[in-house]
Amino acid sequence: MIPASFDYLKVHSSAEAIAALVEYGDEAKLLAGGHSLIPLMKLRFATPEVLIDLAGITDLSYVRDQGEHLAIGALTRHADVQASPELQTACPIVSHVAGTVGDPQVRHRGTIGGSLAHGDPASDLPAVMLALGATLVASGPAGTREIKATDFFHGFLETALAADELLTEIRVPRHTTGWSYQKFNRRAQDWAIVGVAAVTGDRTGVALVNMGPTPMRAEATEAALAAGADAATAAAAAAEGAEPSSDQHGSSDYRRHLARVLTKRALVEAGLN
Amino acid sequence: MGNSTTAARLVEVGVTINGVEHRMPVEARELLVHFIRSRAGLTGTHIGCDTSNCGACTVLLGGGAVKSCTVLAVQADGDSITTVEGLAGDDGSFSAVQEGFRQEHGLQCGFCTPGMLMAATGLLSTNPDPSRDEIREALEGNICRCTGYQMIVNSVRWAAEHPDSAPTEGSAS
Repeated sequence: MIPASFDYLKVHSSAEAIAALVEYGDEAKLLAGGHSLIPLMKLRFATPEVLIDLAGITDLSYVRDQGEHLAIGALTRHADVQASPELQTACPIVSHVAGTVGDPQVRHRGTIGGSLAHGDPASDLPAVMLALGATLVASGPAGTREIKATDFFHGFLETALAADELLTEIRVPRHTTGWSYQKFNRRAQDWAIVGVAAVTGDRTGVALVNMGPTPMRAEATEAALAAGADAATAAAAAAEGAEPSSDQHGSSDYRRHLARVLTKRALVEAGLN
Repeated sequence: MGNSTTAARLVEVGVTINGVEHRMPVEARELLVHFIRSRAGLTGTHIGCDTSNCGACTVLLGGGAVKSCTVLAVQADGDSITTVEGLAGDDGSFSAVQEGFRQEHGLQCGFCTPGMLMAATGLLSTNPDPSRDEIREALEGNICRCTGYQMIVNSVRWAAEHPDSAPTEGSAS
């Protein structure tokens, strides 16, 4: 399988990337690690006219401890997020879950920003950002703006990013109290059939992987926890409002069942009773 | 030609594969695995699933294991690549990982073996003494349909226990 023809442009700064997005508009796609986009292009589900390669941008790969939060450059590869001592110490759920994405080869290429900007509901990291209440930073022709993760995922593979905007940074709060990520799949390298990210203690958040067209919070579970429910009671509400699809890996009802079971496991592992 | 300020279909790609530079214009859509096999003539890198599942196309790109069916050749421009042909020493002596697969019979049909060797080589370059669990984790992106993996894990452990059987430094880079 070979992608359809496209014009290729390698940019060397965020400003160059934004200028290219302004010039080529909807015909262009941004290429980071390429491990979401290139498979889609090989299947010709994505046929961009212009591919803007961000690999020449050298100042968007970093993890910085900023006190209240940690700042992660959008082009930081999953393997580097996984290995980051700052994240392992101050927000370990992020480094842990980066280490569950795909397999080592995928993690050597894929980037955290690419994964989030792709907006795939089956992807691991979006749910973590929702559970943590992360903030995403986007740059466009009009400047820089912050977008709450909870406002970022709009539809299937659709995000709050405008066509001329580049995701540049992800800000996650320090979180060293309880956390858990439960990923249910058939093979180690597979996408989650269902996944659950949960944080407890300093903040409480629960979010679901592959339970609808977008990455989503388990709002009924979060509300139950806020009202003082125990883990089992709160987890029983995990699938409320979710509309998971049926496919060869499981029916919609099976996914709802998994969401409840995995949420219970996540909340218990995160320290709730 | 690409890599300038305008987008282009044809781009100049220069990569160093097993110490040899290959530089030529290619279509931007050309996959790295096709560049390696068809342009550089190095057919030890296999195309298995072509969907970044099986890992038969694994090479080291800038030192890290990647699946070359899911990388554009142009993304490797300026980088160094090691393929399975680059593992043995100049005198043909096996690397520790290759010898491990021979000693522990880590293959049957051999189709997945180039990818297994490269993923294992990548692992040992950053973790020279991995546990059996760490080996399984590192090989989770490589599928073998013959062995059941037990002997592949044994092979990588053999390599970790016999690092001196590696070729002299530089010959395989």
